[in-house]
Amino acid sequence: MRVITSLMMVGLLCSASVVSAAERLTVYSYRQAFLIDPILADFTKQTGIDVDVVFSKKGIAERMMREGRLSKADIVLTSDFYRLMELAEKDLVIPAKSDVLKQNIPQKYRSPDDMWYALTMRVRNVYSSKERLGKLDINYEDLADPKFAGKICTRSGKHPYNVSLVASMIAHHGEAEAKTWLEGLKSNLARKPQGNDRAQVKAVSEGLCDIAIGNSYYLGKMLQDPKQKPWADAVEINFPNQDNRGSHINVSGMALAKHTKNAEAAIQLMEFLSSDAAQQTYADVNMEYPVKADVKPSKLVASWGKFKADDLPIYKLAQYHGAAIKLLDEVKFDL
Amino acid sequence: MILGLAKRWSVASYTLALLIVMPLVALILQSFLPDEAVFGHLMATVLPTYISNTLLLIFWVVIGALIFAIPAAWLVAKCRFPGRNIFQWALLLPLAMPAYVVAYVYTDLFDYAGPVQRTLRSLFSWQTPHDYYFPQVRSLGGAAIMLALVLFPYIYLLARTAFMEQSTSLGHAARVMGCSPWKSFWRLSLPMARPALAVGATLVAMETAADFATVSYFAVPTLTTAVYDTWFEYGSLTAAAKLSTIMLFVVFAMVGFERFARRKQQLFQKQSAPGELDYFCLNGAKAFAATGYCFILLALAFMLPFAILLQYAWGYFAESWNAKFFEYSFNSLWISLVVSLVCVCIGIVLMFVRRVSPHKADMLPSRLASTGYALPGTVLAIGILVPFTQLDFAINDLAYYFGLQEPGLILTGSSFILICAFCIRFAAIAIGSIENSYKRISPSLDMASVTLGLTPKSLLARVHIPLLRKGIFAGLLLVFIECMKELPAALLLRPIGFENLATYVFQFVSDEQLEHGALAAIVIVLVGLVPLIYLNHSLEQEK
Repeated sequence: MRVITSLMMVGLLCSASVVSAAERLTVYSYRQAFLIDPILADFTKQTGIDVDVVFSKKGIAERMMREGRLSKADIVLTSDFYRLMELAEKDLVIPAKSDVLKQNIPQKYRSPDDMWYALTMRVRNVYSSKERLGKLDINYEDLADPKFAGKICTRSGKHPYNVSLVASMIAHHGEAEAKTWLEGLKSNLARKPQGNDRAQVKAVSEGLCDIAIGNSYYLGKMLQDPKQKPWADAVEINFPNQDNRGSHINVSGMALAKHTKNAEAAIQLMEFLSSDAAQQTYADVNMEYPVKADVKPSKLVASWGKFKADDLPIYKLAQYHGAAIKLLDEVKFDL
Repeated sequence: MILGLAKRWSVASYTLALLIVMPLVALILQSFLPDEAVFGHLMATVLPTYISNTLLLIFWVVIGALIFAIPAAWLVAKCRFPGRNIFQWALLLPLAMPAYVVAYVYTDLFDYAGPVQRTLRSLFSWQTPHDYYFPQVRSLGGAAIMLALVLFPYIYLLARTAFMEQSTSLGHAARVMGCSPWKSFWRLSLPMARPALAVGATLVAMETAADFATVSYFAVPTLTTAVYDTWFEYGSLTAAAKLSTIMLFVVFAMVGFERFARRKQQLFQKQSAPGELDYFCLNGAKAFAATGYCFILLALAFMLPFAILLQYAWGYFAESWNAKFFEYSFNSLWISLVVSLVCVCIGIVLMFVRRVSPHKADMLPSRLASTGYALPGTVLAIGILVPFTQLDFAINDLAYYFGLQEPGLILTGSSFILICAFCIRFAAIAIGSIENSYKRISPSLDMASVTLGLTPKSLLARVHIPLLRKGIFAGLLLVFIECMKELPAALLLRPIGFENLATYVFQFVSDEQLEHGALAAIVIVLVGLVPLIYLNHSLEQEK
C-alpha cells in the first residue's frame, strides 16, 4: 500500500502542470492545431504572448461545462457554425466587445450580441467526375434524384458539415420534405458513408462513384499534396443551387471563453485572427474564403469562380440542428 | 486461506478496489438522471443495430483470434519445425500494432482504389464496381479480421505458456494409453489450457468492445462509437451513460459466463523438470504446413502492415521528424511506464490478499478491481471525469476557504487523470496475469512456508513473487503495450496541450493521411517490441 501511495504521489507531482508566469493564452480548438500554428506563431512574435492550443475534434463544450470557473480556456475556435451557437447557448462564452472585430468581420458573419465571430467561410460543394459527368449545374435537391442511383459518395451523415447541410434543407423545405430528400440521397449512395471529404473525391477518381459531397477547401489542399493531386484532378468543383437560393455555406469561427482570466490579451488574439495578415494566411494556406471583405481568396480558390451563397443567416440554421441529427438517425443514414 | 492476516492488508485491497470501481458507480448514477428523451429516440431508431453490431463483432473477433492463436501456440509449444525459434517470439509482434493502423493499411490495399482491386481490374478488364464482386474492407467482417489479427497474440501468449507448462509426464501417460498426438491435443492439452484460453478470449472480447478507432474508421457503428456520438452530437452525457451501462452489461455477461463455465475446474500439476522436453518433430509436408501457417499469420498481422508503414514514413520523413514527435514519444513512454508499474503493484497486492486471507470477503477486491477493464475508454472517461471534477472543485473550494491560492484543476487538468484512467482500465490485465500464475502455485507451498514460520510479508517476497515472476513480467508487458496504444481514454482525458503518440497518429488516420503520422506509428510499434522481446527472452531463460 505504501508503495502504491508513493507511486501515486510521484505520478501526481510529475503530472501537475507547471503554471507559468509569462503571459499565456489557452485556445480550445475544434480545428486541428497545425492549421493555425503558423498564424499563432506570428502572433507570439508580434506580441510576446504565448499561445497553447488544445485540439479536440469533439466535446470542447462539454469540457468547458465541466471545468466551469476553473477552465483555462481563453478562446474557443470551431470549424462549424453549430459549435459556435452551442457555446453561446450553453453559456460558455461572453461577448467580445471590440471595434476592430466589428470593422473586420461583416455583420452577417458575427452574432448580433458579439458572442461569436466567423473567421472563414467554406462552401458545401458537389464534386463531379470530369470524365463521366463533367461540370454540372446542380441543386442539392437533385442529389435525391433516382438518376444518380449508386453514384454518390459522402462521409458520415453525422459529421457537422453534413448535419448543417441537412439543417439547411429542413430550413428551406420543412422536415417532412427534408426527410424524403434524405431517404432519396441515401438510396443513391454508392457505399455506406465513410471516410472524410478527401476520401470521397478519391473514390470518384477511382470510379467508385461519380459525385462526391465535400467542402471547398479540401480540393485546394488535395491539389497541394503530391499523392492526392491525381484524385483532385479527376473532379470538377460545382457550386450548387446557383439559379435559386445559392450554395450552402458553413463558417469556422471563434468566441471568447466565459472564464477567461485574460480577456484583454484574448481579444487581442481575436483581433489578430481577423486581421489582413491572418485572414490572408487562412486563405492561402487553408484555401478557405476569408470573411474579411478586402482579403482575397487564394489564386487557386479564386479560379473556381464567383458563386452565390445561401442568404439564410447561419445562426438561423442552429434551431434545426437537433431535428437534423434525429432525421439522420430516423432514415438510418449511416447504417 | 490459511493465514491470519493483519487488517491493513484487507483495508489496502479494499481501498484500491473501491478507487478502481468509483468510475463505474459514477457512471451508473449518471445513467439514472433524466436525458430529455434522447435515449428513447435512439432506442426507436439506431440502438438495435448498434447492439447487434457490437455483439457480432465481439463474437467474430474472438472466434478469429482463437483460430489464429491456438494452432500457432500449440505448434510452437509442442512441435519442432523450421523457423519455430523465430515464430515463438515473432508471433507476439502483432500485439504492438494498433488495430487502427493495421486497418488503415489494409484499407489502402484492398479498397476499390487500392492496388489489389486495381490489379484485378486491369487483369480482367473490369471497368466499374458493378462488374465484379469484391468484399468491402470497411465492414463488420473487415473490422473483425483486423481486430483478430492484432489481438490474437493475447491468446497465443497465454496458450503457449499454458501448453509449455503442461507437465510432460501427462503427455507421456496419454501416449502410453494410446492417444495419437492429435488426440492428445484435443483431449489433454486443449482442456488443460482452457483457463488460459478463457482469460485470453475474455481479454480479446473486452479489447474488441473497447475498440473505438477501428470501428469508427470502418464506419461500423457499435456501442462505443454510439457513446461518443451521443455525448458529443446529441450533447447528452446521461444518454451516453445509459448506452455505456448497456455496454457494461454485455461485457459483464461475457465475463460472468466465462467464469461460470469453468467454476468447478481446478488444475494442479507438477512443473516439468528442466531438460525434460518432449516434442513432436515435424518434417516433410507437416513441417512445411506448420511453417507456412505461422509465416502467413505473421506476415498478415505484422510484416506486411509494418513494411507499408515504413514505406509511408520513408516518403514523409522530413515532415515528421521534428521536436513535437520527440515530445509525444516521451509522453507516451513515461505514462506507460508509470501505469504498468502501478498496475503490477495493484495486481500483486490484490491477488496476494485474495489468496492468503482467511476472510471470504477478501476475495472481493480483486474481482471488483478487474471490472475496470470492462470499461471501454470512452465509457471510462465519462465515469472518471464526473467524480474527479467534483474532487477538483472540492480541493479548490478548500484552498479558497483557507485563503490559499486556488491550485486550479490539478486532477482533471493534468496527466494525473490520464494515469488514473489507464490504471483503472489496465489493472485487470496485471491482475489476470498474476492470477493465472498464482493458480499454478500449489497451496501446499503456502502451508509449508507458514509452517516454517514465514510472515505474510516474507511469504509474498520470498515465495510468491519469485514464483510469480513470469506472470508479473507478462502483466507488466501487456499493460505497457496497452498504454502505448490506448486511444479513446487519451483522446477524452488528456490535459491541455497534451498529445501522445496514439492521439497524434489517430489524428492523421481520421484525416485519411496516415502517411504523415507513420513515423509516430512506427515508434508505437517499436517501443512495444522492446518489452515483447525482453519478456520472451526471460521466459526462454527460465526454461
